[in-house]
Amino acid sequence: MKPYLLFPIDVIAQGALPTNLESMSSDLELDVLFNAMAAGDRFFYTTVRQIVLAAPPEPDVIRYRQHILQDCLQLPELFRDIYRVAVEALEVQRQHYFGFMRSNPGAALTGSIHLLAAYVPLLRQIHQIMAKSASEIRSEGLKRFLAATQSELSEDYLNEIMTHVHDLELRRGATMQATIGQVGKPMHYRLLAPKPAGWRDLVPVALSRDAYSFEIAPRDDAGFQALDNMHNRGVVDVANAVAHAADHIRAFFNALRTECAFYLACLHLHHELATRELPVCFPDMYSSDQLVFSATGLYDVSLALQMDPTSRVVGNDIAADSKSLIMITGANQGGKSTFLRGTGLAQLMAQCGMFVPASSLRANIVTGLFTHYKREEDTSMNVGKFEEEVRRMSEIADQITPGNMLLCNESFASTNEREGSEIGRQVVQAMTEAGVKVVYVTHLYDLAHGFEMQGSDNVLLLRAERGDDGTHTFKLTENPPLATSFGRDLYARIFGA
Amino acid sequence: MQSSPSPTVSIPNESTPGLADAAPFESVLFVHPGEIAPNVEREPACFHDLNLDLVVADLTRDRETSHLLPFFYQPLRDIETLHYRQDAQRDLERSELRAAIDRFAARMEVAERHHAFALKQEFPHGRDRWLHDAMTIYTDAVQVLADQLHDAAPNSLAFTGLRNYLSTYVNSASFVAMAIDGQKVGEMIGAIPYTVNINNGRVTVRKYEEEEDYPREVERTFDRFKEEDATGDAFDNPPIPDAGYVENRVVELVAQLFPVEFAELAAFCQRNAQFMDAVIHRFARDVQFYLSYLDYIAPIRSRGMTFCYPEISGLSRGLEINGGYDIALAAKLAREGKRVVTNDVHLSGHERALVVTGPNQGGKTTFARMIGQMHYLAALGLCVPGTLVRLFLPDQIFCHFDQEERVSTLRSGLENDLMRVHGILDEATAESLVVLNETFSSTMLSDAVYLGKEILQRMLEKGLLCVYVTFIDELASLNDATVSMVAVVDPDDPSRRTFSIVRREADGLAYAAAISKKYGIDYEHLKARITS
Repeated sequence: MKPYLLFPIDVIAQGALPTNLESMSSDLELDVLFNAMAAGDRFFYTTVRQIVLAAPPEPDVIRYRQHILQDCLQLPELFRDIYRVAVEALEVQRQHYFGFMRSNPGAALTGSIHLLAAYVPLLRQIHQIMAKSASEIRSEGLKRFLAATQSELSEDYLNEIMTHVHDLELRRGATMQATIGQVGKPMHYRLLAPKPAGWRDLVPVALSRDAYSFEIAPRDDAGFQALDNMHNRGVVDVANAVAHAADHIRAFFNALRTECAFYLACLHLHHELATRELPVCFPDMYSSDQLVFSATGLYDVSLALQMDPTSRVVGNDIAADSKSLIMITGANQGGKSTFLRGTGLAQLMAQCGMFVPASSLRANIVTGLFTHYKREEDTSMNVGKFEEEVRRMSEIADQITPGNMLLCNESFASTNEREGSEIGRQVVQAMTEAGVKVVYVTHLYDLAHGFEMQGSDNVLLLRAERGDDGTHTFKLTENPPLATSFGRDLYARIFGA
Repeated sequence: MQSSPSPTVSIPNESTPGLADAAPFESVLFVHPGEIAPNVEREPACFHDLNLDLVVADLTRDRETSHLLPFFYQPLRDIETLHYRQDAQRDLERSELRAAIDRFAARMEVAERHHAFALKQEFPHGRDRWLHDAMTIYTDAVQVLADQLHDAAPNSLAFTGLRNYLSTYVNSASFVAMAIDGQKVGEMIGAIPYTVNINNGRVTVRKYEEEEDYPREVERTFDRFKEEDATGDAFDNPPIPDAGYVENRVVELVAQLFPVEFAELAAFCQRNAQFMDAVIHRFARDVQFYLSYLDYIAPIRSRGMTFCYPEISGLSRGLEINGGYDIALAAKLAREGKRVVTNDVHLSGHERALVVTGPNQGGKTTFARMIGQMHYLAALGLCVPGTLVRLFLPDQIFCHFDQEERVSTLRSGLENDLMRVHGILDEATAESLVVLNETFSSTMLSDAVYLGKEILQRMLEKGLLCVYVTFIDELASLNDATVSMVAVVDPDDPSRRTFSIVRREADGLAYAAAISKKYGIDYEHLKARITS
């Protein structure tokens, strides 16, 4: 049995996280989000990081999670109780863990039966906790978990486990059937039923012509090791069966702990945003083969979490359905970077089943998210800034695939505008034609203007506005780039003047 | 490659007496029975520069091959032996014969291991059991190989010789008796039933009486947990020798319960104490020379790359390479799912020097390596990376590759270069091959031109075959003996590396390093990278 709180079906264990994470995490300030969700709990932190950054599931799975999360917002105590039992199971497992004894089935058998004995009361608790809240559960996922706990963790079955646990303590040693076997093969041993003392054991071996015995000398460590080895081979089948059971239950509790932690972490974030009176909504998600991105009141959750709780962050409305390129130009300090980061964060949150920082949002799933941000300082001594940018883009190209999303922040601004624009144009053109959705913040007029002239329906041009009085509104409007003196600013910055 | 004549040593013929009429098969690596060349334990000087050290390291990685290294370190010039090897390897490329040899080699390894283990046994019955085990595996391996070799109908002198040798051997009375008796005794011992109880260091052995299957009963109860999670995390069955010590004491007790059966086993082992034939034993080890190489090149071939058996000339000094490539690079690219670019070389008449120019990263070094490797591999009697190759075997191969680490030595880079090249010129003969890679590249251009011309002139005066990779265009047209080879640049895209090296005039075309193209993020490349 499995909790099935993240996926309604069995999924292959999540592989390694993508290698672009380090730069993406810092570019999007993911740590701010993760820390708010973890609320100081290291395990929560690891868990949300893993789930938020994992390859996104299909839209129906996202809805499945959204419904469970809605239950969690309604029934926080239920989730906390289950999480508490799962944590207890972890403690039990720390005391009896046998995973390192793979080559020692005998010791593993002993470990497994102790572990099973300790697990049984915890399984009983899960059964009871779920039964208590049965009538208040709304989501499909939680209903399913309820049903599983009631049918598969019945009192009868838990008692049956305990009977075997008792027998397998092998109080009278292991008696095994054996044959010398085929040439070149190990001897075969097979455990015989652990029986109570019988007549056979009462006849001294020395008097019997049908039995011979010897004793390993007390300090003969190699001899005892060899005995262990034989014992191990005899119990290997039984040890496998019992260890599988213990493993399975261990995996069940581990999964339960992880899955509950995710929802409880969402609960933390929900609380943080509610304190700030910021809106959240459950997004409407589309499959990765569609181009959808529209939102109202979309704000940067990372900025919101870092700002004074009393000040309001600015939300943006954006209608970018069927757009493969969103190019953002305009005034410095005009909210371009904030918008870019907010978009990336909302995308990640949306596609792992969380609520998003917006009044409304619909988006297609992107199967991978990459960031290419201008680096403030050159970390490498022997590669020029521009070449470093190019190299990083090349590293992205190594990994990015159709259906992914690329967030560019002032990419290729470390060279002159003509060159930077030309390379940027080629990159954007190649990316979008290959099926990568690109959001590009730039002050390279030539670059943005080129896409304006192209006049493609798939391009959305946004501009950060300055108010008439020169103050920043932080609002983006649907506008083409302005031909102004950005070039001189760029020059001044790049060349350190 | 050493030019000194190879002294030969004879090895004692330990094969079974009475097989004197069999074909004079002695070795799968050497054609003349009783003659085996001396052990060469150090890799030749050119190994590293030609990346042959990588090749040999790779192909000996997962094998017990320490005994093979001397063969890889010892290029030959004896054409009869080289043909003997080429033919043997051709036979091994046939799947039927190859499968037979693979199986045989694997079984022999097990037999040897078990034999060695038997000799370490402390208890007599345990030792007999292991001896019997080794003998049974050996007889089976040899018998099966004899049958399969017969069916595979080999063509080479080496394998027809082996086939005939085996056919006589397996029909000998002693071998037949060993096979039949061995099987009978094994079945009898193997079927002896007993039980053993282990309780705190006390081991009790009894005759077995029927009981119900307890593990199955336990498995049934826990079945509901098994289905999903039973993914290869079962416990290892501990390796055999670990329990051997106590298990053999158990065997001694079982032998007390069943004395007649064990006496028969002992008699069998005594009768067949010397069971392994020396020629067969050596064959099993030596054939790994070919197998390791064929396994190494298999992934390269699976990318559609061709290997061929070079035509080795004893007289003509011409060189013809069609579709040649660097074997080490091809192996690396094959692992990445890619193919390597091939190149052709034709030298005829009095042409002696290939001067290779062109852009950096254009494949010049790879090309130079390829020519060196080609000559070396041909001299091992192996197939070479190319579609058609004709070459003359050099007496020695000298390499001088520009290496960064030389900078740290006391002498200046230039001084080192000159010392080294001087040494090569001293040692080389008219029949040598010299590969120079970017020699003098760290010098001022005028010096480099002067030195390059001088050195090349001296090489040409020796009459040796020379490959000279350089950025100095002037060397390419030094005289009639030089042939200019150029790393090709795509005119539409100067930074596209074609890795093609063609015979044409050096044009000094600068390698314009458009950075975006170098990194493959220009429109075309980027799009291809994302969608591929």
